[in-house]
Amino acid sequence: MVFVAEPVARLVEALSKLPGIGPKSAHRLTYHILDSPDEEARALAEAIVALKEKIRLCSTCFNVTDCDPCVICRDSERDSSRVCVVERPSDIVPLERTGKYKGLYHVLHGSISPAQGIGSEQLKVRELLTRLENGAVKEVILATNPNLEGEATAMYLRRVVTSPDIRVSRLARGLPFGAELEYADDMTLSQAIEGRQEF
Amino acid sequence: MGAPRSYQTQALIIGQFKLGEVDKIVTIYTPEFGKLKAVAKGAYRPGSKLGGNVELLTHSLMMLARGRNLDIVTQSQTIDAFTELKGDLWRMACGLYVLELVDSFTVENDEDRPLFDLLLDALRWLSQSDHSEIVLRYFELQVLNYVGYRPELYRCAVCGSPVKPVVNFFSSDRGGVLCPRCGQKDALSSAISVDALKILRLWQSCDYATARRVVLRRGLALELEQVTCQYINYLLQREVKSMAWLHELRRSQMVVDNGRARN
Repeated sequence: MVFVAEPVARLVEALSKLPGIGPKSAHRLTYHILDSPDEEARALAEAIVALKEKIRLCSTCFNVTDCDPCVICRDSERDSSRVCVVERPSDIVPLERTGKYKGLYHVLHGSISPAQGIGSEQLKVRELLTRLENGAVKEVILATNPNLEGEATAMYLRRVVTSPDIRVSRLARGLPFGAELEYADDMTLSQAIEGRQEF
Repeated sequence: MGAPRSYQTQALIIGQFKLGEVDKIVTIYTPEFGKLKAVAKGAYRPGSKLGGNVELLTHSLMMLARGRNLDIVTQSQTIDAFTELKGDLWRMACGLYVLELVDSFTVENDEDRPLFDLLLDALRWLSQSDHSEIVLRYFELQVLNYVGYRPELYRCAVCGSPVKPVVNFFSSDRGGVLCPRCGQKDALSSAISVDALKILRLWQSCDYATARRVVLRRGLALELEQVTCQYINYLLQREVKSMAWLHELRRSQMVVDNGRARN
């Protein structure tokens, strides 16, 4: 980019590395930041730096946090006999939003994906098993995504959590709210029929 | 008259990766066009009409629209969801391995109807059979036949002399079996037993109904796996990633079994 000043080109290049941001969007964002007041631009830069400097993983549940243990793990009001296993830190937000779950979490940081060479070693599976060893946890809720990788991860965890004192449950699977029966795939429909409940 | 803007095809979904927040790029294997990549828009959105119809290990009837770079999946109806494969950890891993093998050995837009049929059959066999090791080895040998890497199992790949029923050698580099004299000179070859060679020869040319009648001892099954996997890794110049997962599952099953035995 010979016609563009070096700082502009640098920011365009940095922004275009973000997911979903192409070179055109990166240009638009760069000129928006350039036009915005100094303090706004500074706040954005400081927020990005603080994110990288202050955020780490909770040593218990591996959620992203700025304090260790994280706010969920240190909350004595929560039910520590239940652990809900999720793939990503971002999966905790919608579960918390429901207000229905008051237990703890464990973040795997991914799901088993053989074709991408991701097995249990690359996930926080060993850490989960170590966490379950002290006998305090009575239920493990598998909340991995309802797709092939999520299923593989759930089935694998079901296999390796062998303690007879721990109940292993899986989030209900079936038809999502707002969907149409006509377009549901066979797998979802068969799971919806198998998992039907008294109404 | 140009090519029609949309077309319908059967498809086996053999690969996928996420595109943006909710879209997905699927690699499909079709009877008419061979391997293709296409965009399934909104496939990750809950309630998407494509959703489970464009999931790995699914046989679908698809409608695709021609796009500038990649074609776009406009409709997909499941013909077979292979629920037996998806509901069992080991079978699913075997299914993913055969998909990766086909994805690795094929190029896009190269029609190969017999390979499509073989892949479809292999997924059905894996769904129904309790002898997944036989299905995998038989499938590997058949894929090698189709893609032009059929190993030489009757004559020494160096001197050309007929192979005798003694312990011989297998060389991935030479693409076949070596007689004891040539094998000992080739540091990269490994010994192959008479039984293993007989089974490879049989599976190379028989149909599946005959192949599955073979009764495999554990040691022999491992030897066959070693020979075919080494050859495949050599041809691809990399390891088949799904094979590592099969090995991990086998190890974890042993740990679980040992734990149960102790309790």
